Amino acid sequence: MEKAPWERSSAVRVVPPVQPRKLAKVPFVELADGRLRGVVSSGSDMARVYVSSFEAGSHDFGCSTNNNRPCGGLSGYPCKHLHALADEAVKQYGLDRVARYLRVEVGEDGDLVGAMGGSRAKAPAAAVFSRFLRHLSYLEVPGTAEPLPEMDWFPAFGAVR
Amino acid sequence: MLAVQLGELLDGAPEGVGAALDVIAGFDEALARGLGRLGEDGSLQALAGALAGSPLGPVAAEAAEKIAIGGLGDERLTAMAAGRSAVFGAVHDALLARLDGALGRERIAWEDGPAGEPAAANLLSGCRSWLGELAIAGWRGVDHDLVSASDPVVEALLAEPRLRRLAVLLDGFAAELRASSPVATMERLPVRRWADLWARALLLARGAGSTVPAGTVSGRLLILGAEVHEHATAVQVRVHGILEGGDGPRLVRAGVAAAKVDTITGPAVWNLLGDHPALLAALAEHRGLDVQDMPVAGGGDLVWDDGRANAGEPADPFATARVRLAEASAPAVPPLERHPVRIAEPVLLEGYTVKDGKLELDGHSIELDLDRLPPSGPLTPQLVAASTSCIGLVRWDDRWRVQPLAVQATVRKKPVEAHNGDWAQGPTDPKVVKAEARSGDVVAVLRERAGRLLRK
Ligand SMILES: [Zn+2]
Repeated sequence: MEKAPWERSSAVRVVPPVQPRKLAKVPFVELADGRLRGVVSSGSDMARVYVSSFEAGSHDFGCSTNNNRPCGGLSGYPCKHLHALADEAVKQYGLDRVARYLRVEVGEDGDLVGAMGGSRAKAPAAAVFSRFLRHLSYLEVPGTAEPLPEMDWFPAFGAVR
Repeated sequence: MLAVQLGELLDGAPEGVGAALDVIAGFDEALARGLGRLGEDGSLQALAGALAGSPLGPVAAEAAEKIAIGGLGDERLTAMAAGRSAVFGAVHDALLARLDGALGRERIAWEDGPAGEPAAANLLSGCRSWLGELAIAGWRGVDHDLVSASDPVVEALLAEPRLRRLAVLLDGFAAELRASSPVATMERLPVRRWADLWARALLLARGAGSTVPAGTVSGRLLILGAEVHEHATAVQVRVHGILEGGDGPRLVRAGVAAAKVDTITGPAVWNLLGDHPALLAALAEHRGLDVQDMPVAGGGDLVWDDGRANAGEPADPFATARVRLAEASAPAVPPLERHPVRIAEPVLLEGYTVKDGKLELDGHSIELDLDRLPPSGPLTPQLVAASTSCIGLVRWDDRWRVQPLAVQATVRKKPVEAHNGDWAQGPTDPKVVKAEARSGDVVAVLRERAGRLLRK
């Protein structure tokens, strides 16, 4: 089989681009470890955040505070934090990528949460919260003017405009 | 770059390049399957064979034998990574010699400078053991747990400024593997790319590449253009320019970088580089820079210290390219960096037409790298297609291409000019300003969250 150039290229895009979005409500979203997971700011208490996630495949969901207290808004259906997480994930990654990751068949209305029929389950909050703190810690890493020649493998790929 | 020079560049692959790339491709396939399950695969021996007669030959041959029977020690993996890098080094040299020959560009010879102190041995060995696990598992064996094992390694590396190169490389690599996990479900793999990243990381984790500045330079820096590099957690702006003064005009590069997160992207990345106001002003306002005693690394890269630079008189990059580029000499390439991905030679192209993503000049045609137009600047594929003059970088990635840094075009019968660095002090296009306002100041939001949550 003739190899396509992608396999024989050094500086190709592997991770699809993410779109910029407002971060105030949902500062952190990721598709990792078989979940759509993220951190949602509390509407009332600036120091509190909720850790919310949907599991791929089963579509089970969970939401709790960063101190592991269950979210009061959670019943048999996803709470407002989970809705916010799903909305922002769609803005960041696009509906297709999120739906593919979670293995959801989304109808023509584009309603991701409505197309999932999972139930409430315990989800690991501590690991997600520590991923978020690590995410934030990048903003405290000082800049550098040392040449970084390895960035030649990571060109800034053009956004679709 | 004249049509005849373009013709010379594109006149077939330099001798030996095809065979060398085949040997590398064999090794890369073995790495994709995992060096822990080589079976009858002879591609490591073939790679070692290609090095017979070089100082690395015997070491690589022994490593290939031992790895084939399950001896996957750190030193043997490093020997294979070094072997692969040496073969790519030879490919790089052949390609760059072709390009320099076509351009008539004189390149300064490499001189060994003082090596930097090896930093934090324990961090480097942690790094090598993760890279070893990757090699044993192969890309197809990579899952979430194996990727997550890199988290503490990268975190520790980021806290050590002397290991920033390795930290940034490993972090970008791990993020790709994370996004691709479980890799076994992927239809196609970027085998050359991942082997490149693995091999370079392993060499850096051996302490290679730590150098100290070779000296300082002073003079007038005339900017040709800027390119932007970015992965989820890092951004680098690399400026290409011509330094006047001392030994005649010479090409130099300067990179400034910042850590970031994936949601900071597009024009917002310039906000992270505010520590370099003179450089950003020179980019945005098309000015020259007067530099005084600026440290310079062996490969001709300025180690940018914004306090030693002043944005000076206006200097049009196209005028610089037209008047100064042909006579400028080029810096040496540091031995470790000899890989085709590093080739990025500034050229000026004029009087061409653009058709189907290709630039055509008097019967010669070269592909334009339109994927590399950064979202943090005003260049678009449409603008490049409408252009007739271009400052670009000649690059090679399985074939020659030109990456535009700046173009002059005619749009609706009016002359238009755009440079990658035009938005260094903020976007100038009202549509982009409005889009930026919609997502708000993402850097400020995350800094606020960090201030509230990180120190508790
Ligand atoms: Zn909730």
